[in-house]
Amino acid sequence: MSIQNFEPTMILAILPEILLVVLAGFILTFDAIWKPEVKRNLGWLTAGGLLLVIVVTLLVAHPQAEGRLVFGGMIRHDWLSFAFNILFMFAAAITALFAMDMKGVGQKGEFYLLMLISTMGMSLMASAADIIMLYLAIETTSIPMYILAGFMTHDDKSTESGFKYLLFGAAASTVMLYGFSLLYGFSGQTNIYQIALGFYDLQFPKIAVLGSLLLILVGFSFKISAFPFHFWAPDVYEGAPTPIAGFLSTASKAAGFVVVLRVLVAIFTPSATPDWINMLAIVSVLTMTVGNVLAIVQKNIKRLLAFSSIAHAGYILIGVVALSQLGLTSVVFYLVAYIITNLAAFGIVVTFSQVVGSDEISAYSGLSRRKPWLALAMMVAFLSLAGMPPLAGFVAKVFVFAAAVKVGLVWLAFVGVLNSIVGLYYYLTVLKYVYLFRSDDENKPLNISRPYSIALTILILGIILVGTLFGPWFNISTQIASALF
Amino acid sequence: MHFPILSVIVLTPIIAGMLILLIPSDRKNEVRVIALAAATIALLLSGWVYFNYDISTGGYQFIEKYDWLPQLGISYFVGVDGMNAPLVLLTGVVMFTGVLISWGIDDRPREFFAFLYILASGVFGVFVAQDLFMLFFFYEIAVFPMYLLISIWGWIKTREYAAMKLTLYLFIGSVVSLVGGLAMYFKSGLNTFDMIQLSQANFSESFQVFWFPFVFFGFAVLGGIFPFHNWSPDGHVAAPTAVSMFHAGVLMKLGAFAALRVGIMLLPLGAQHWRWLILILALVNIVYGAFIAMVQTDFKYVIGFSSVSHMGLVMLGFATLNKEGLTGSGIQMFSHGVMTALFFAVVGMVYDRAHTREIGELGGFSKKMPWVAIAFIIGGLVSMGMPGLSGFVAEFPIFMGVWQVNPIIAIFASISIVITASYIMRIIGRVFFGPMSEEFDHHVGDVTVLDKVALTVLCVIMITVGVYPSIMSRLVSSGVDHILSLFGGV
Repeated sequence: MSIQNFEPTMILAILPEILLVVLAGFILTFDAIWKPEVKRNLGWLTAGGLLLVIVVTLLVAHPQAEGRLVFGGMIRHDWLSFAFNILFMFAAAITALFAMDMKGVGQKGEFYLLMLISTMGMSLMASAADIIMLYLAIETTSIPMYILAGFMTHDDKSTESGFKYLLFGAAASTVMLYGFSLLYGFSGQTNIYQIALGFYDLQFPKIAVLGSLLLILVGFSFKISAFPFHFWAPDVYEGAPTPIAGFLSTASKAAGFVVVLRVLVAIFTPSATPDWINMLAIVSVLTMTVGNVLAIVQKNIKRLLAFSSIAHAGYILIGVVALSQLGLTSVVFYLVAYIITNLAAFGIVVTFSQVVGSDEISAYSGLSRRKPWLALAMMVAFLSLAGMPPLAGFVAKVFVFAAAVKVGLVWLAFVGVLNSIVGLYYYLTVLKYVYLFRSDDENKPLNISRPYSIALTILILGIILVGTLFGPWFNISTQIASALF
Repeated sequence: MHFPILSVIVLTPIIAGMLILLIPSDRKNEVRVIALAAATIALLLSGWVYFNYDISTGGYQFIEKYDWLPQLGISYFVGVDGMNAPLVLLTGVVMFTGVLISWGIDDRPREFFAFLYILASGVFGVFVAQDLFMLFFFYEIAVFPMYLLISIWGWIKTREYAAMKLTLYLFIGSVVSLVGGLAMYFKSGLNTFDMIQLSQANFSESFQVFWFPFVFFGFAVLGGIFPFHNWSPDGHVAAPTAVSMFHAGVLMKLGAFAALRVGIMLLPLGAQHWRWLILILALVNIVYGAFIAMVQTDFKYVIGFSSVSHMGLVMLGFATLNKEGLTGSGIQMFSHGVMTALFFAVVGMVYDRAHTREIGELGGFSKKMPWVAIAFIIGGLVSMGMPGLSGFVAEFPIFMGVWQVNPIIAIFASISIVITASYIMRIIGRVFFGPMSEEFDHHVGDVTVLDKVALTVLCVIMITVGVYPSIMSRLVSSGVDHILSLFGGV
């Protein structure tokens, strides 16, 4: 893969990032000009601006079918980066809508600013083709997130959450950086495609390759909250402002997976395939089992969703382990389905806790009598997480398991399906509160403001659309996955 | 391009369900009227399909096929043959009578009918599916709403437990089958989920022998096969009346049918290898189920276990793998569906008025509700296999088929008829005749007109099939010929 000299069209590769910075500038300006009463509208501005950026990117910054390395090999402009840029911006726009009416969060310009910067970092993560660029992108994503997780400074839990995230994140990224330095030391290259060639040609001892892989995986596992680096997730999600927890569990996790795919396929596939596949298979089994089993006992809905998102990381890893065209396609498809679904789940939690002020699962009693539509939306989101047709989660799971069966990992598929039964159990337990149990508050009104209803409607329709007409999404996923090879 | 009748049948309930959700929740009568209209449409169309299936041509008819995901060979592919046409009709019948009987539901009827109709669409979808992926898709749609229907509107004492137990049992079964289905898909190398093509895939014997148990028993969980039947009586008892009818009447057939369609028809060598196991387990189902039914004191549990027993006959017929046995099973699925729907309807009517189901406390109900008593007696005779009724048409061929395979099993299985007679007689005697206690004498009244209509419809169907069996047996045996051709002979 050759590195091209600079030409103006390369700007297109980082067009979304540039526009995100411009949008961030707008936010900063309006934050200074607008009076505090109308600052809530910064949320509309962010969401609308992101929508505009998405449209512009879709129209202008189309990659060629064959990806290309630009800016001296720092960035790879291909379908993978393009599609995930759009997904990240979509998630950010939805998160902005969810945050608007949240007290102490949605009225502050810095919130939107930090979120946009973090989104920019994710975009760079998806397109980085050089380990230095990759490291910078990961930090650009993470540092604003540390602040956002601890954004509610008057709330002890939020501060704790931010600090915990910072400590864990810093430790994990240090280890990862060490792994990167080993890669550079072995191959003398920083571009991931050149490193792969170096590894392949020089016939390195396997232990060196696997050692550096292990160190790098520490950092990646932290990002995707895979076992045994999942401990931060429940505490951070619980304390962080809920829209940020949703953003962390979807966009940030997806960004982590994109990096996992790119780096593993590019660097380690030629030289060490069977070893890392076995390693990741075990990680996958442990991740989904730990996530699902611990989710059963949770009393707080945000913690439950945190463990469920750990479990989902395990399912997605099945697709990574089943390294094949279908496997990678299923990972991309799963990520699309998961982002939409989990954003909806967190969105419902934000909506509910804004009015009721509680995140306990028992507080959801009687919701179906109190607000049938919200209950229905919650059912759709949770059932999609559980993998029920005709919703997005079902097809995504089938594809992942199919990929495993195809490459002969039938045992892994069985572990996956049995885990999804455990998952079904705790999602149903939540729905039991919503539909079955009664509460004294069920006659009190529960008003949903406009941003919430817009965002939730989009997401719920998306879940059903992806789950029934999955053809187009699958084709796009195939195209994205083929960009990796 | 002919009228897409099967798609209309599949989609009518779910569209009606969505419409119902759009109605404000306090306008309960509109909800019921839309529900009844949709059920009537589904019944008429499924009846039309049943009577317009051309037996002399045979094969799959009313076919519709659209690409869903061509890259993986997934299509929306529907069609009926002699095996599933009666089941589509059965679903229409149970849906129609179920709506009539649930007219009085007052707690959130909007959600009730919406969930029930999502389930109905799933059931229709599975019965007509000719694509394996589509079958799984609709199978799970059919199973899930059960959880909500039972846990929200069910019997307050056991509903949470029973609903969760049922859902988890059925899902473990379905996902295990799913893995088996995926294995078939990749092994065949045809890149299609089309079951007609998959049945020509010539899987190796070792492959079939390995995967058959996963696929067959995965689905047979929903068919109530021993030792995975445990969810079923609890589920039936906890469910509200219409849901019990759907559940025992249609959903259990869904499991049996899918086990036949995917397990036996796609993996015939596997079926031959494992049929001894199915024979034994089905025999246990029949005899054990009947004995347990005999000692129950709760009216609804008696019926619940009788379903387990009768579904054993269906499985037994499958395991014969000969013409008589399979034909009997096909008719038995229909006959038992109608009969058990009637039973659960009757139990619901009695319970709604007496507020107890303890057989010892009931008595004398034939005086207050003669229609119900007559209907139950007809149903009881069907369940005992009395000639002239649909039960005989179904059970007699099954026993003939089993006799050819193994006379000893046939003899043991036929014991169940005697036991069935004893528990049915006991119920008829205790509940409908005998003295009525004073507390019931005052407040127990007759059932509504709608209830009577529902009971009459069910009874007429059972009698019609009984006195004029070829209305169904010719159709079913044409479907059986197709199955047997997969085994290399007729």
